[in-house]
Amino acid sequence: MGPQHPSTHGVLRLEVVLDGEIVVEVIPHMGYLHRCFEKHSEHMTNYQQVIPYADRMDYLASMNNDWGYALAVERLLKIEVPPRVEYIRVIMAELQRIASHLIAIGTYGIDMGAFTPFLWCFRDRERILDLFEMTCGARLLYNYIWVGGLSHDIPPGFVDKAKAFCKYFLPNVKELNGLLTFNQIFIKRTANIGVLPADVAINYACSGPMLRGSGVNFDLRRDDPYGIYDKFQWEVQVGRGEMGAVGDCWDRYIVRVREMEQSIKIIEQALASIPEGDVQSAVPKRIRPETGEMYIRTESPRGELGFYVISDGSTSPYRVKARSPAFVNLSVMPEISRGCMIADLVAIIGSVDIVLGEVDR
Amino acid sequence: MTPQEIHDSLKATFGDAIADAKLDTPQPWIAIAANRTKDICFFLRETPSLQFDYLMCLSSVDNKDGRLGVVYHLYSMTHKNKIVLKVFCMRDNPHVQSVSAVWGTAEWHEREAYDMMGIIFDEHPDLRRILTPDDWEGHPLRKDYKVPEFYQGIKVPY
Repeated sequence: MGPQHPSTHGVLRLEVVLDGEIVVEVIPHMGYLHRCFEKHSEHMTNYQQVIPYADRMDYLASMNNDWGYALAVERLLKIEVPPRVEYIRVIMAELQRIASHLIAIGTYGIDMGAFTPFLWCFRDRERILDLFEMTCGARLLYNYIWVGGLSHDIPPGFVDKAKAFCKYFLPNVKELNGLLTFNQIFIKRTANIGVLPADVAINYACSGPMLRGSGVNFDLRRDDPYGIYDKFQWEVQVGRGEMGAVGDCWDRYIVRVREMEQSIKIIEQALASIPEGDVQSAVPKRIRPETGEMYIRTESPRGELGFYVISDGSTSPYRVKARSPAFVNLSVMPEISRGCMIADLVAIIGSVDIVLGEVDR
Repeated sequence: MTPQEIHDSLKATFGDAIADAKLDTPQPWIAIAANRTKDICFFLRETPSLQFDYLMCLSSVDNKDGRLGVVYHLYSMTHKNKIVLKVFCMRDNPHVQSVSAVWGTAEWHEREAYDMMGIIFDEHPDLRRILTPDDWEGHPLRKDYKVPEFYQGIKVPY
């Protein structure tokens, strides 16, 4: 299956051993999008230049990638960013989370043969991209979150427009639930399929909706807080096995839907209390951290995005390792797809929500 | 458990296999012997007071002193503790015991470390290249790696 197959969400090749219609073994092959992110990072002339490369790892959640890397370097430098920057980062990251989940949900619908939800999701995602565009000019790869600050302040009118989006978006989630989430055909295709038990999920270091779908109540925004997430009221969503076993494809799906509502909650709180300030006041002119190393993990839409940065005291990183959530989440796929039907394999890949740009880096 | 206590309990159980440690940094690390990683990691996972059941990240590093290294970032879902393990191995004979029997996630991470840095993980069930093509030569993340001029007889134009 693949690498050119509409259901593989990118260039993933699966070597599948079948017994009739039943899957005996799945061996994923990847690397088609390998762009040597880690090697590039070592060869940059300064730390700030890595950010556009980090953008391109998970191209559906660039804001979160930038933040993860910037945070690691900030911790190495031991600098604090102004409160306004923290608020804007949270707003952008949560908007990005919604945009990314919308794609996951929409394309998952397509995998299951439902075309309309896809169009509705993209319609709403466009609004988020409009917000990003008015802020930094780009719609997909932003280079927005810098080490120590942001590339631009939010423009006038952004707050009102973002508030309007929140108001507009919540009813659409209900609409989506009516159209796709509780659709009998969709439930039949996803419930009790690809069940991932909690202990296997932890053993394979799954993270994000994949881990929470298995009923593990764990979210880095709450359990290993970074930024200012501890200031906001929201709830971690977990799979409860409403339609079948805990940890099936439907549970992973519903966690994403409910997380979008929680993200709206966070955005509304952040928009209401965003302080004034200069977003570039803490951007260092010259980045030269002391010798040392730092592993920072953040909650990207797909899960735990870790950056392990080693500094040797020079102006460019000695080593950058990106622990991408999609890579790790994909590694459990052979485990959970053993014994399923070949048609269910599509449901399982979709529910993992992989971005091959991030798997291959 | 504090990093100091983790270090002490490892030292008490494994003695010489615990080589070195740096516990006063923001992210304290303990260096362990390359041929004992499996036992030590099983101990870290199974001991009730430790329970490091979540391998956050496994990275390979080409150190300044010429040795290669593997860095394990561990987390305990129960105790919310973190610890970093480091393994060092010789450049011309880079063998490290695999921990894929301890954490399933290590299997792909170790394949990546083998592919990128050329570290050979003994007892790994399926040690193949993962990101580069199967016929790729060399290990790109080593500091002395030279970009090949030709790939399969075709000149690479940059």
